[in-house]
Amino acid sequence: MNRKTKEIFIKYIFFVFALVAIIVLAMIVFSLFREGLPIFRQVSVKDFLFGMEWYPTYDPPYFGIFPLIVGSFIVTIMATLIAVPLGVLAAIYISEIAPRVIKEILKSVIELLAGLPSVVLGFFGMVVIAPILQNVFDLPTGLNIVNASMILALMAIPTISSISEDALYAVPQEFKEASYALGATKFETIAKVILPAALSGVTTAVMLGMARAIGETMVVLMVAGGAAAIPESIFDSVRPMTASIAAEMGETPYRSLHYHALFATGMVLFFLTLTFNLIADHVSNKFKQTGSATL
Amino acid sequence: MDANIIIKLKNVNFYYGENRALTDITMNYRKNKVTALIGPSGCGKSTLLRLLNRMNDLIDGTRVEGEILYEDKNIYSPDLDPVEIRRKIGMVFQKPNPFPKTIYNNIAYGPKLNRVGSANLDELVEQSLKQAVLWDEVKDILNQSAMNLSGGQQQRLCIARALAMKPDILLMDEPTSALDPISTAKIEELVEELKKVYTIIIVTHNMQQAARISDETAFFYLGNLIEYNKTEKIFTKPDVKQTEDYITGRFG
Ligand SMILES: Nc1ncnc2c1ncn2[C@@H]1O[C@H](COP(=O)(O)OP(=O)(O)OP(=O)(O)O)[C@@H](O)[C@H]1O
Ligand SMILES: [Mg+2]
Repeated sequence: MNRKTKEIFIKYIFFVFALVAIIVLAMIVFSLFREGLPIFRQVSVKDFLFGMEWYPTYDPPYFGIFPLIVGSFIVTIMATLIAVPLGVLAAIYISEIAPRVIKEILKSVIELLAGLPSVVLGFFGMVVIAPILQNVFDLPTGLNIVNASMILALMAIPTISSISEDALYAVPQEFKEASYALGATKFETIAKVILPAALSGVTTAVMLGMARAIGETMVVLMVAGGAAAIPESIFDSVRPMTASIAAEMGETPYRSLHYHALFATGMVLFFLTLTFNLIADHVSNKFKQTGSATL
Repeated sequence: MDANIIIKLKNVNFYYGENRALTDITMNYRKNKVTALIGPSGCGKSTLLRLLNRMNDLIDGTRVEGEILYEDKNIYSPDLDPVEIRRKIGMVFQKPNPFPKTIYNNIAYGPKLNRVGSANLDELVEQSLKQAVLWDEVKDILNQSAMNLSGGQQQRLCIARALAMKPDILLMDEPTSALDPISTAKIEELVEELKKVYTIIIVTHNMQQAARISDETAFFYLGNLIEYNKTEKIFTKPDVKQTEDYITGRFG
């Protein structure tokens, strides 16, 4: 085989692999829609998305997933509120402040955290955090929004911190030198030059961390409590979409209404994570073009 | 100390880890003069310049011996804050390095660190840009990104940014090496103008430039100060053969 044909051959091999990935993905999305859309013959889109009652096994059944959507959002948002400061501060500490030894230790700890199976974290939430919450706040159950948010935050921190860290490292040394040469301290340089210059990367990190949290299933299944109702306090139980799908899918008859409703819930989830990823992509592109110039 | 001397180096050695980059440097810089530092690549010009505003502190494992006196105080004495020194001794780098911020905010950055009393920031920005002869070109686009300026404009912006701190001394490390001849000429004119108010120490590889703009010239070789004298003398009748060889391009 001469060099030319070899190159063409290699090119096609890569093309085939890329094609396989895309085809598989397309098939997944296709089946998601094929199994999910039929529910809308029985229930209107509006009643499905904004209905307050999720009683899929009653007679007649109610398929309103609004409480599930709220459940997903509330744990995701609270997890984000916890994970963003911790993840970003950890990234700043690792990339700009920590002495080399501590830096290496911290990085390994965070990698370890990223490597923990979610069932282990869920278990930790059930047997360690839940009893503490229950005793300290005198609650009927420790399996609730706070617990789920804390565990989800633990899962989002490695994503947020490692992507933010890359963004911080990528800030050119020249900016830092310019800042120091103007008599800025280390903290002024971090706050006013390094962080703004890394903002697009940090924002991307946050969006990906959120996408991770909203799609996470095992943890919320184990520690969110499972109540399909709009919560009134952060100590109430919720039933995020992922938990609902995972818990109920095994018991629904094939192609029943309930089965279709769960797939439709999956569609909603798919659109949400897609949105997060698109925003992350858009933000990083936009900042790449203009710089964080107007900050 | 002679009132005309603003910085005094006494037997200064400098090390990157085990490697000595500067050997026993003793020299004085005179106030309101332009001093040019010349010498082949790697001879320690940048190292020396960065020693004067303690920028080398940012590099791990460096060590200084000897004394560097600025207004009779050793700038490496433990009770002097490097941050204070860098406010008094500004720096312009080889590669223009504006912040990815607006033109206005680039200039305002230093003063806004709010340790400089700046009653009127707008005025200070205007004044600094005028001093750097950039005002007319940017006065209508102060809120646009500094990254959109040309290389020469960016470098003048960096000079204006340093001037906004109202320093005593301006250190310039090959400020024109990345610029075209027209921008270079502009910056040289600027240096001429600035020395009325500031003391300027400039590193350059361009012999004509050193001859044109400096009052005194120091020639370095392998971390040693070989010859230091009035620019005219260095460029017409240098005392040391090495200096003459370097200036006339017969080096190596
Ligand atoms: N950060 C650093 N770490 C270790 N050694 C360094 C560092 N910076 C410079 N050196 C060494 O110190 C010596 C002097 O370097 P310096 O940058 O001061 O030279 P220079 O005269 O400015 O050269 P040029 O004209 O190429 O800019 C060189 O041998 C260089 O390898
Ligand atoms: Mg240099």
